[in-house]
Amino acid sequence: MEQVMTTINISAIYPEIILALFSLIILMLQSFYHIQFRNYYGYVSLIGVLSAFAVVLSEPLGFELHFVEYSFNGMWVVDNYSRFFKLIFLVGTLLTILISIKYLENEAMQHGEYFALILFATIGMMIMASGAELITIFLGIELMSISLYALTGYTRTRIISNQSALKYFLLGSFATGFLLYGIALIYGSTGTTNIRGIATFLTTPDIKGHGLIVMGMALLLIGFGFKTALVPFHMWTPDVYEGAPAPITAFMSAGPKAAAFAAFVRIFMDALPSLQVEWISLIWVIAVLTMSVGNIIALVQDNIKRMLAYSSIAHAGYILVAFLSAGELGITGILYYLLAYTFMNIGAFALITTLAGKGEQRVTIEDYKGLGYKYPYAAIAMSLFLFSLAGIPPTGGFMGKFYIFSAAIKEGYIGLTIIGVLNSVVSVYYYLRVTVAMFMHDSKSVKNNEMPALVFSPSLIVAILISAYGVLSLGIFPSGYIEIVKQSFLVALP
Amino acid sequence: MISLNFPILSVITYLPLLGILVICLINSKHHDLIRWVAFLTAVVAFFVSLPLWFMFDSNTWHMQFVENVPWIPQFGINYHVGIDGISLLLILLTTFLSALAILSTWSAVTEGVKGYMVSLLLLETGMIGVFCALDFILFYMFWEVMLIPMYFIIGIWGGPRRIYAAVKFFIYTMSGSVLMLVAILFLYYFNYKATGVYTFDILSYHNLGLPSNIQFWLFLAFFLAFAIKVPMFPFHTWLPDAHVEAPTAGSVILAGVLLKMGTYGFLRFSLPIFPQATVDFVPIIMCLSLIGIIYGALVSIAQEDIKKLVAYSSVSHLGYCMLGMFALNMEGVKGSIIQMINHGLSTGALFMIVGMLYERRHTRLISEYGGIMKVMPVFATLFLLVVFSSMGVPGMNGFIGELLILIGAFKASVAYGLIATIGLVLGAVYLLWMYKRVMYGDITKDENRKLKDMSGREYAYLIPIIIFIIWIGVNPKPFLDKMDTSVQHLLQMVNQQ
Repeated sequence: MEQVMTTINISAIYPEIILALFSLIILMLQSFYHIQFRNYYGYVSLIGVLSAFAVVLSEPLGFELHFVEYSFNGMWVVDNYSRFFKLIFLVGTLLTILISIKYLENEAMQHGEYFALILFATIGMMIMASGAELITIFLGIELMSISLYALTGYTRTRIISNQSALKYFLLGSFATGFLLYGIALIYGSTGTTNIRGIATFLTTPDIKGHGLIVMGMALLLIGFGFKTALVPFHMWTPDVYEGAPAPITAFMSAGPKAAAFAAFVRIFMDALPSLQVEWISLIWVIAVLTMSVGNIIALVQDNIKRMLAYSSIAHAGYILVAFLSAGELGITGILYYLLAYTFMNIGAFALITTLAGKGEQRVTIEDYKGLGYKYPYAAIAMSLFLFSLAGIPPTGGFMGKFYIFSAAIKEGYIGLTIIGVLNSVVSVYYYLRVTVAMFMHDSKSVKNNEMPALVFSPSLIVAILISAYGVLSLGIFPSGYIEIVKQSFLVALP
Repeated sequence: MISLNFPILSVITYLPLLGILVICLINSKHHDLIRWVAFLTAVVAFFVSLPLWFMFDSNTWHMQFVENVPWIPQFGINYHVGIDGISLLLILLTTFLSALAILSTWSAVTEGVKGYMVSLLLLETGMIGVFCALDFILFYMFWEVMLIPMYFIIGIWGGPRRIYAAVKFFIYTMSGSVLMLVAILFLYYFNYKATGVYTFDILSYHNLGLPSNIQFWLFLAFFLAFAIKVPMFPFHTWLPDAHVEAPTAGSVILAGVLLKMGTYGFLRFSLPIFPQATVDFVPIIMCLSLIGIIYGALVSIAQEDIKKLVAYSSVSHLGYCMLGMFALNMEGVKGSIIQMINHGLSTGALFMIVGMLYERRHTRLISEYGGIMKVMPVFATLFLLVVFSSMGVPGMNGFIGELLILIGAFKASVAYGLIATIGLVLGAVYLLWMYKRVMYGDITKDENRKLKDMSGREYAYLIPIIIFIIWIGVNPKPFLDKMDTSVQHLLQMVNQQ
């Protein structure tokens, strides 16, 4: 039996502490209700995110190979893998806050709890990335999910928002049940919830209760399948994405999805690698279904939020392709892809948020007609993000797909890769629909369809510029990012 | 060579981007200024590319003007560019046609001039990049990047069915190229297993010795990508749509350069990397090429729209290029390359001529014209020269290409040569018949009575092409000499099998 050291290492959770502090500060700032300038909640939370970002980056400085530090009795791990995920979450949160500031002003809903909830959700995600034990990970999932349920229904006067929050909550709790049941089964048969402990137990010969473990694994798969919106557990995604406030949709599609993948990958690669035989064919089928169903249904969507919801399902499918090719290349491919995805998806949603206008009235593709004539730069930025989502070079989306598919080919999944690339051709069609609407309709017919004046607040422009920079630099000069990603490889068991 | 330290290929490739930068700084209302900047950028790019011709050493098949620096070292991806006798002429064709295409579109596009010029210049960068890339990923990036500006050129400034045509063009091309990406990745890992080096360097794949069943599948994947681009017979359906809807400059570039990317791809990748599969595929490709030649010509005869006629004639002409290439002998391959250039010049010129007619009458239906020779005599002469060039009349460039290809085809098999000759006759039929209906006879429509003959700007972009049409026709030797050693080396690699 391994000697359990009581290791309490506060410095390992500095970033989480900072975020928690800032969210509490924001909640308390609300009592100063006479301050007219309500945008400051957003700016305060920005400071929190930036300082957490700095701490994650600096401790330890750089990404030297194989840095792993367990603390809190092996419940908590800080390694490059979790640090890289935390950076992705923080970038996502940062961009979301930048988009939200103006949005809340428009909707006249500048309450502090919005930002506090976003920060809580971010803490939840960070716990998911750093949890080295099933219960810790579960706590992170719950913190994230509950914050998200509340955020989804945040525009409380809008029925569709309420509806989607309720739907999200009911289905989400159901999925949580599966997850918890899976954890219970695994604990019951292995006697531990510690990821390393489970792995060690599973390597011993002649384990009893193999069936129970497989059952637990399947239940975990269902739980994570729900959180990452894999087919057939994806039904909630379009409704929730459509109903949630646009900045929250942006947030949900990037960070929480990445967090769920962080925990998913860690559990399946670190704790259950010996069950690979059991889950590999399951995930193969799910990957094909997820890519194909997501892309095909997205073809017929007229609401752009729903369209991107289905596209995000498809993107989860691409990530599963890398997941299957479980080697170093596959896992680092997931990291790279999620980073690129965060930039391009939030960038697209930033533009959707402004175009939607007050009360989110303008969210169909039809509403984008003539954008290219009236706001050429916004339309060009939108096209950039859409081309990146479609995987056209020279964007981050292309390099991400390249990374993932090269991992798949390396492991010999040629059939799966062909299905994947053909899927990305299908996806081109619906991304092009938006560019067609923006640029290619007769300027005469467009003039009848008056486009209201759009407001581009400075924070929104900053968000779009950061995203555009991210997308382009990940696509044209990827080698610096790849260097970091490579060192963030999930370190295997000693 | 003095050029060793000067990255001339990169300069040519990225010069148009510099022009884009300048254009972006100009207020979009100054249409003329934007046009001039775009045109001058393209002209400068052309003049910068001229030294390639003079400093090119045609005694070696090795790549020249090479630049090779690590780009994404983790994957073994290098920024590796260079040219040999095969790509030299194509690059010159690209810079030459790009400048003239911009000039030809001066008055045709009046809305969104800024975006249009930016797209054209971006397209130029992409095309040059494709022809000089010597790294698979670099090549693939340029290959895909140029879809975007072409998509916008067709989709924004095109005709009534432009959206359908643009989306079809994009999706068609992309579905071919993604499978090529899978094949590239497969090759990459295969090469690693064989040599222990991770590299995407194209040249290092040349003597890989792949097993023949693997060659078969990889060849098929590359074939699909290139055959769609060429386009070869069953994959050609995007071409008439794209051509008819695209604005003049778009058609000129599309026919003149973009289609050559497909044939170039065969020469650069398929032949040297999969020599065994190449030999195995010869009958199939020859058949498809012959079908393309005859089918393209027959469909051209039936067209009522001049532009559609020229578009289908491209299917036929590119069939010749493929026929010559897969004859796999010196005459055939050289004829194929020179025919790529010829087709770029003469079909480019034909599209410009259609554009001139269209700008005057805003219709492309043959039945709307007739007797134009009486009002536009100079135009009629130049038009006839271009038609002759496209038909392959001796003394014109088309003759040289078709002659060499036919010699090559006959050497490979008499049957190929005979069938291809029928295509030549049909080519004369559709071109001359179209010319007769448009130019000769009485003027039947009143609108045609007061058409103006060619303007100075129109001379400026048509005359240079006609000079080259006659130059290559009369004295093809310098052009053929440039590619001699490279083609020889290529055939050696194929014939080692």
